[in-house]
Amino acid sequence: MATGSTIGAVAPTVGRGSGAAFAEMLKDSALFALVTLGLSIPVVAYRTDLGQGTGLELTGRWGVVAGLCLAVFVLRLGQRMILGEVSRRREAHRIATAGAPPVVGRAGRVLGPLTLAVALTLPLLAALGSGGLSEGRYWIDLGILILTYVMLGWGLNIVVGLAGLLDLGYVAFYAVGAYSYALLSTVFGLSFWICLPLAGLFAAAFGVLLGFPVLRLRGDYLAIVTLAFGEIIRLVLINWVDFSGGAAGLSSIPRASFFGIPFTAGEGGFAQTFGLTFNPIHRIIFLYYLILALALITNLVTLRMRRLPLGRAWEALREDEIACRSLGIDTTMTKLTAFALGAMFAGFAGSFFAVRQGFVSPESFNFLESAIILAIVVLGGMGSQVGVAIAAIVMVGAPELLRNLSFLKAVFGEGFDPNEYRLLLFGLAMVCMMVWRPRGLISERSPSVRLGGRGA
Amino acid sequence: MEFFAQQFINGLTLGSIYGLIALGYTMVFGIIGMVNFAHGDVFMLSSFIALIFFLILTSWLGLTSVALVFLIVLVLAMILTALWGWAIERVAYRPLRGSFRLAPLISAIGVSIFLSNFVQVVQGARNKPVPPLVRDVIVLYQNEQYTVTLSYKQAIIMTTTALLLAGFWYLVQRTSFGRAQRACEQDRRMAALLGINVDRTISLTFVLGAALAAVAGTLYLLYYGVVSFSDGFVPGVKAFTAAVLGGIGSLPGAVLGGLIIGLIETFWSAYFSIEYKDVAAFLILIVVLIFKPSGILGRPEVEKV
Repeated sequence: MATGSTIGAVAPTVGRGSGAAFAEMLKDSALFALVTLGLSIPVVAYRTDLGQGTGLELTGRWGVVAGLCLAVFVLRLGQRMILGEVSRRREAHRIATAGAPPVVGRAGRVLGPLTLAVALTLPLLAALGSGGLSEGRYWIDLGILILTYVMLGWGLNIVVGLAGLLDLGYVAFYAVGAYSYALLSTVFGLSFWICLPLAGLFAAAFGVLLGFPVLRLRGDYLAIVTLAFGEIIRLVLINWVDFSGGAAGLSSIPRASFFGIPFTAGEGGFAQTFGLTFNPIHRIIFLYYLILALALITNLVTLRMRRLPLGRAWEALREDEIACRSLGIDTTMTKLTAFALGAMFAGFAGSFFAVRQGFVSPESFNFLESAIILAIVVLGGMGSQVGVAIAAIVMVGAPELLRNLSFLKAVFGEGFDPNEYRLLLFGLAMVCMMVWRPRGLISERSPSVRLGGRGA
Repeated sequence: MEFFAQQFINGLTLGSIYGLIALGYTMVFGIIGMVNFAHGDVFMLSSFIALIFFLILTSWLGLTSVALVFLIVLVLAMILTALWGWAIERVAYRPLRGSFRLAPLISAIGVSIFLSNFVQVVQGARNKPVPPLVRDVIVLYQNEQYTVTLSYKQAIIMTTTALLLAGFWYLVQRTSFGRAQRACEQDRRMAALLGINVDRTISLTFVLGAALAAVAGTLYLLYYGVVSFSDGFVPGVKAFTAAVLGGIGSLPGAVLGGLIIGLIETFWSAYFSIEYKDVAAFLILIVVLIFKPSGILGRPEVEKV
């Protein structure tokens, strides 16, 4: 177990006097605190700010450093005392019950339908919870945001989770989808329902275009090339002003209509056609169900694909590429389809993003966005559908909710903004995930089919 | 011709900085076969460390000797950044040995996101400018229209890179640490059987890589006079491109690659368009990886079961 061995000497605490063991723990924790002190000098200890004059001014913050060191000391001591015991017991338990099916699979089976039920009834729940449709708008907007990431996560899951290809430029396909809709609708006046499949096709075409030359590369190199590709798309969008509007982006993109009926107050609008009083929330609810449907389609396709020979080939590829090749699987075609399919869903999500925002700019498609989607897939357990959905809820929804908690402000001071720490925690979570539970928090990543009962 | 010469000098300077960062990538890739994605952010962090020490020395302690300030800042930044490199390896990479193939890269991306946002949280999001430390230039050639100059800064940067490369070459080729490192590169298990402390060797590799990144970070601050929390990503990717172009795993290759990337970027900006200079670098990366993944000075890689 990696739990007890991050930094510092790890001496076994078993079979020694408890006093000596405790002293050893204290020493180890003190070492941790000392390293933290070293790391905090000088980036935490002194903050640089532009002062009144021309140069930078330094402000000492040794209190923060002391707090940080103390926190690390206490956490490490706690980890050694509590987790050390737990992990030893768990290890003994694991050895005793080796071969038993994982308990987590069952949790996934309950969580899945539950999440789906909540997702389907969210507008209703929001309305009931906050006392009116319009008052519930915040929750529905949050739901749309989360579902967009769920969909992107599921799309990337095909590439990373199933086929095992690390794609660091996934957001490029999202951008292609968004700009396809934005340009097709503003220049050619095409409606959303024609643009949606076109955007998916364009994104898939870009996926093939990128995939064809690069899929011969092995893991790390492939990741870096996709990253470079994503950056190229973004830089072109910024600099090719005639085509994409440059850094300012494209605005006044037409809004979605209810299969041709616009969400307007006047004659022939959605409200009038269905005999309702006009309310802007109708459009929001429609968008919510639209992204929910798109996300569910992504999920459905993924689940079906896993049962097809192609899906099986993806998973086989993830487990062992050389074995695949020797068994006669066309690895290039297999990778290419995963890439194209993943890209297509990103394209759908992108055109949804454009229709929802009414505005696209290259800033929405930077590397960080790719990293967030990847983090969602990784935390979800790379290959688990429910895991990805829950990771998206936690990663995207939680910071939004934290922002509104006033007691946090009371604890950390008035200027405290949890959003500032969001990405910091993202990064930490990715590392912790890889160290402790590389196969996912909620669900285990395991091949759909497997010979006998042998572990992969 | 004069314009060309001036751009050539500028390109070599930029390339030296890329080369220093690329050395860190190439050493780590050589020894454990992972792309240390966080290396660019370690470079950025070192730049901040240098910035703060520079401010402490000049405005609080009132040191005026430029050479002394530069040396102290360089040494302190190297030591503290090396500590970061060591800690990162212990926390984020070492527990992952023997994990699945993509785990170290994902962990490294996590570290990269963490570092850039950590610096943003503790130092703020705005650009941090410093007053120019060295202003003097050497006029190499002068006629009516053009003056070709080599600034002291550029001279310092190129000399430091050349010295460090020579030092590292010696370290890897002649010392016992270098032998241990090369042995680990070839076969980690066999090296361990022969009594080499593999974990310590890998740790030291990260420490050295981070120290080199600190040199690059200090020089970057000296050259551009401004740094921000997001400055790690693009130089990081370009340095990685340099390492791949030169042949990943090869020390002279990394510096050669860095110089080539620096020159291409500078000439591209000077003769074509400054907007697409990053696109040029990324395109080179893609083209090299597709057509010659072993790079200029690298060995072709054989995939084994």
